[in-house]
Amino acid sequence: MADTTNMGAPAPHRISLTERSPAVARRKRKDLILQGFGLLAIFIAFAVMFLLFASLIRTGHTAFVQTHVTLDVYVDPAEIPLDGLPRGGFQDVVTNALIAKLPSADEDSERRAVRNIISNGAQFYLRDRVVADPSLIGQTISIKVPVSDAYDQLHKGSISRDTPEALRRVNDEGIAWFDELIADGAISKPLNFSLITNADSRFPELAGLRGALVGSFWALLTCFVIAFPTGIGAAIYLEEFAPKNKVSDLIEVNINNLAAVPSVVFGLLALAVFLNYLGMPRSAPFVGGLTLALMTMPTIIIATRAALKAVPPSIREAALGVGASKQQVVFQHVLPLAMPGILTGTIIGLAQALGETAPLLLIGMNAFITSAASTPFEAATALPTQIFIWADSPERGFVSRTSAAILVLLTFLIFMNGIAIYLRSKFERRW
Amino acid sequence: MMDDLRRIERTAEMNDTKISAKGVQVFYGDTHAIKDVDVQIGDKTVTAFIGPSGCGKSTFLRCLNRMNDTIDICRVQGSITMDGQDIYDPRVDPVQLRAKVGMVFQKPNPFPKSIYDNVAYGPKIHGLAQTKADMDVIVEASLRRAAIWNEVKDRLDAPGTGLSGGQQQRLCIARAVATAPEVLLMDEPCSALDPIATAQIEELIDELRQQFSVVIVTHSMQQAARVSQKTAFFHLGNLVEFNDTDQIFTNPQDPRTESYITGRIG
Repeated sequence: MADTTNMGAPAPHRISLTERSPAVARRKRKDLILQGFGLLAIFIAFAVMFLLFASLIRTGHTAFVQTHVTLDVYVDPAEIPLDGLPRGGFQDVVTNALIAKLPSADEDSERRAVRNIISNGAQFYLRDRVVADPSLIGQTISIKVPVSDAYDQLHKGSISRDTPEALRRVNDEGIAWFDELIADGAISKPLNFSLITNADSRFPELAGLRGALVGSFWALLTCFVIAFPTGIGAAIYLEEFAPKNKVSDLIEVNINNLAAVPSVVFGLLALAVFLNYLGMPRSAPFVGGLTLALMTMPTIIIATRAALKAVPPSIREAALGVGASKQQVVFQHVLPLAMPGILTGTIIGLAQALGETAPLLLIGMNAFITSAASTPFEAATALPTQIFIWADSPERGFVSRTSAAILVLLTFLIFMNGIAIYLRSKFERRW
Repeated sequence: MMDDLRRIERTAEMNDTKISAKGVQVFYGDTHAIKDVDVQIGDKTVTAFIGPSGCGKSTFLRCLNRMNDTIDICRVQGSITMDGQDIYDPRVDPVQLRAKVGMVFQKPNPFPKSIYDNVAYGPKIHGLAQTKADMDVIVEASLRRAAIWNEVKDRLDAPGTGLSGGQQQRLCIARAVATAPEVLLMDEPCSALDPIATAQIEELIDELRQQFSVVIVTHSMQQAARVSQKTAFFHLGNLVEFNDTDQIFTNPQDPRTESYITGRIG
């Protein structure tokens, strides 16, 4: 009975510093397992990213060059009279120049087959030059025009010459002519600037992203102009001025919920309210921007509130202490210090908006539009919806252009996130 | 006590009461932080508030320039008058009050702007300078008064945050005196500084007494003894004892004061 007071207390023992007890070994093993899982997760993430980029580059890289043929065109005044501009027999003139390069081609019977070698848009290259400088009529000029998609793919190796003729999009005769052009040195494969400078087209060799880039630009501009001031205003009011009560709690919860609403819901809302009720134009980047602004605003509000909260209270006290009013404290001290954080959040919100597809599909920004919008109220596509359209098109040329367009979109996203990271590291202050 | 002539002289040399607090109660929500405090703060005097952590000395200090107004859940009752005027009168604008009652904080907190702009900010928002030349005069005078002019006169455009801790604190004092206040509140101004910087600030406080009524909250009893003429001892939200500084340190009336200054509580 005398020892009861000591019961339960562990017997004191000496801990060795060098000898490993089982408990220490177990703890050590758990550390290693945790580290291993972390490394594995990072490895998987990088592997997936690498796969994505590798596959995009593999299918997309061919779209960054475009096969062209150089032709010496006699601008025949009989076909293209000066007083008829901009109309005229440009197609015939270009075809004549091509036939002149192919001695084996029979002028009359195979005219149509020969014409298939060059893009349907080739005539417009000539037309634009002649309209710009009518004195070219009657002269022989050298022009470089894209070849049609089938021959472009043949030249890039996507269509194999070993495939039986019946299963190929180009026949043996066409290949023979094309080889003559190659032997002549008329075929070249320069960088495909028309991918950026052309708008969409039915013909893959002419289709470019200009319409989509311009559409995305207008939509993002609208989104920024609306979401940035409203978002910051709401955040400043909620963070600095609003009384803390049930109403402000409710608003806060709702803003956080809004940030988590699926984007397609915003698209449906835009369809019902902006298009059907308010009668705004269909497919317009302005409406797209309004819809994206609804989605971006919660992100901006949350980022702004976090940035305002991160400004140390000592700065507020210092300003209040010299007699600044609440409004002066916020606008002259807190807001400038929070600006880098706000801008970072805004850019990330805009980057999200740039990649958003579903709401744009619902308001019709996936229409087939062959010119770039000059105002935000004209019909246009956007980068993600253009990708969506091209991904649906069966031509070989569109398959590689889809990947190329995705790479362009990813470049913009990486660029925007890069700016955000730069701003954060440049203006980050430590107190 | 009557035979201590030196102290009687000191009391006599004390000018009029600058700030008078009567029956001040402060509540943070349901917490009763300050309980019925009466205190008279003299003009051109350094008054020290001492006491253990959480005793309410900083809270009381912040009542004197209505910094507590910015805390939603804080309520102040009782009367605090400055030159006979109730500073909690609804007609009093706290922004104007804070120009007359400057404040220096525990951690040096210069604005992330140039040294010049730090000092010029207060006069600018209160419209004290009409021209750039007026402002230059105010900035130089303030920096001289804070004994930092010679160290920064060649780099007024440099950021205030690039100065050393002690220089930053003196810059903050310059910023506070630039609005031509009558009272300077200092909330543990030396607790984030090294001993040399502390000595400089203490010397400065003694000089500032020529023009201002200074109220300083401090954790260091030695500091209170060195710089102040009057000392108030706070404990658990009560003002336990308020008297001449040498009286408090040599002959405390309350047993709690004695325990604190001899290191038994706090």
